[in-house]
Amino acid sequence: MNRTNCTALLPITALLVSMLLSAPGWADPAQDLAAFQNFYQKRFPDIPLAAHKDGAYALDEAKREQWLEMEDFPPYEIAVDDGAELYDEAFPGGGGYADCLGDSAPAVKQLYPRFDGEAGQVVTLEQALNQCRVEGGLEPLAYEGEEMAALAAYIAMESRGRVFELASPADPGALAAYENGKQFYYTRRGQLNFACSSCHLQSVGMMLRAERLSAAVGHATHWPVYRGKWERVGSLHKRFQECNEQVRAEPLDEQSETYRNLEYFLTYMNNGMELNGPASRK
Amino acid sequence: MQFDIKRRRLVQGLLALTALAIVPLRALARNKEAFEATSPDDALKSLFGDKAVSDSDQVSLKVPDIAENGAVVPVTVESSLAGVASISIIVIENPNPLSARFQMNPAVAANISTRIKMGQSSDVVAAVETDEGVFVTRKNVKVTIGGCGG
Amino acid sequence: MAKPVKIRAKLKGEVASIKSLMPHPMETGTRKDPEGNVVAAHYIETVTCEHNGETIVVADWGPSVSKNPYFAFQILSAKTGDTVKISWTDNLGETSTGETTLK
Repeated sequence: MNRTNCTALLPITALLVSMLLSAPGWADPAQDLAAFQNFYQKRFPDIPLAAHKDGAYALDEAKREQWLEMEDFPPYEIAVDDGAELYDEAFPGGGGYADCLGDSAPAVKQLYPRFDGEAGQVVTLEQALNQCRVEGGLEPLAYEGEEMAALAAYIAMESRGRVFELASPADPGALAAYENGKQFYYTRRGQLNFACSSCHLQSVGMMLRAERLSAAVGHATHWPVYRGKWERVGSLHKRFQECNEQVRAEPLDEQSETYRNLEYFLTYMNNGMELNGPASRK
Repeated sequence: MQFDIKRRRLVQGLLALTALAIVPLRALARNKEAFEATSPDDALKSLFGDKAVSDSDQVSLKVPDIAENGAVVPVTVESSLAGVASISIIVIENPNPLSARFQMNPAVAANISTRIKMGQSSDVVAAVETDEGVFVTRKNVKVTIGGCGG
Repeated sequence: MAKPVKIRAKLKGEVASIKSLMPHPMETGTRKDPEGNVVAAHYIETVTCEHNGETIVVADWGPSVSKNPYFAFQILSAKTGDTVKISWTDNLGETSTGETTLK
C-alpha cells in the first residue's frame, strides 16, 4: 500500500475523529461540516475542495484520462434519455412529476435528502419520486430497478450545476437522523472491521490494491452513477451496499432507514458543493 | 461564344473527374472465421491471407497502460499511411483475439476510436491494411482487479 | 424496436468529427446470470456509416466490443447540411439506426 506522509496527518485525523465522535447529545452539524471540509482542505492543500466532486479522478492523473474518455460520450446518456421519457409521462390522476416536485423541477436533486418532520424520517429523491407516482395513480418503482435509475439520472442531469444548500439539521427528529447517519459512518463493521471513515477519511488518497481512495467531500454530488462494474446506472445506496459487502459486512436494503440517514449525514457533509451527476465511474 | 462553350466543357470535364475521385466503399463481408479464430495468428491469417505483416511507426495506438476497468478499455488507432483500407483491433489474450475491424473509403480519416473488453492483461495490436501490406503496432495493457472498489 | 444510435457531430472546417453511442447489451455468450444460466450471445455484428447516402465505413464487430458501444471517426470533406447515418445489425437479426445533419 502506498504511503504518503502519514505521520503529519495522524494528529489532525485523531483530532477530527475525536471531535466528531464526542458526546452525541451535543451534536453540532454546522461545526461537523466545517471540521470535515477543513480536514480535506488541509489534507490536499493543492486541490480545491470543489475538485473532489470527481472522486478518485481528482487524485489520479492516469485514471482521470480514462475517465475523461468515457465522459466524452458516456453510457449514462442512454439512461438519461430513458429517464426523460419517464419524466414526461402524465399521471393517471392528473398532472405529472413537474407539478409534484416543486418550482425548480426537474432540477430538484440539490434539495434531497431532507428530513420530513411529519413523516418523522429522512426522505430521499427516490422516495419523493415514488410518492409522486403513488399520489398520481402510478405504481411505485423498485428502488434497485433500472427505471428508477433512469428517472434519477435524468433529474441529476437537469440538476447539474446546482449547489447543495441543505438546512442544518435542527429539530430533534432531524438531529437524531443525522446522528444515526454520522454514527454509522464512523463505526467499524464487517470481518475487515473498517468504517467508511477508515478508507475515505483516514486513508484518503492512498492506494488500496489498484484503487485510489477518494475523498468523502464529493461523495454525494455525482449520483446516480454508471458504474463500469455494474454496466448500468445505480444509486448511492447500491454503492453503500457494495462498500459494506467489500468489508464483509451485511448490506442493508436500498432506501432502508439506516442508509437514508447515512445519505443525510453524507450529503450534509457535502453542503455547498456543486452537483455533477450523473457520472461514469469504473 | 466559342470561348464560352469551351470553358463550360472544361468545367464539366473537371467536375466529372472530381466525382470519380470519391471511390464508393466496396466492403468485404464480415469475416466470420476471423472473429471465431482463437489465436491471433489464425485471426490475422483469416483477415489478410498471405499479405505481408510488418511493424510500423506510422501506426499509433492509444490505450491506457493500466485499464481502470477491463470491460471498457478506450482504444484509438491512428495512421499516417496512405490508402488505408481497414483498421483492425486484436487483443492477444482474449479468447477470440479479433475484436473489431473497420473498413473505410478515402473519405474517412485513418483515425478511429472505440471501447473494448479485455479479459486480462494483454498486448493490444492495431493492424492497418493498405495496398502495400498490413502494418501493425502493439501496446501492453494491464487489467487490474480492483481493491475495495473492484 | 431497439434504441436508436446516438450521434454527436462536430464540423470544423471541412472535417466532421462523428461520435456515436449505440445502446446494446453486447453479450459475449459466456456470462452467467445471477441464477447461473448462461446469457445467450447478443452483439452487434456490423455497423454501416453513410455520408449523404453513401457508405463510407463498414465496421465488423465481435462481442468483445464493450457494452453500449462507442465509435468515433472523421469524415474528411464535409459541409453544413450533410447527413450522416449510422445503422447496425446484430447476431440475432435486430437492427437500429441513427441520423444527424451537420450544422
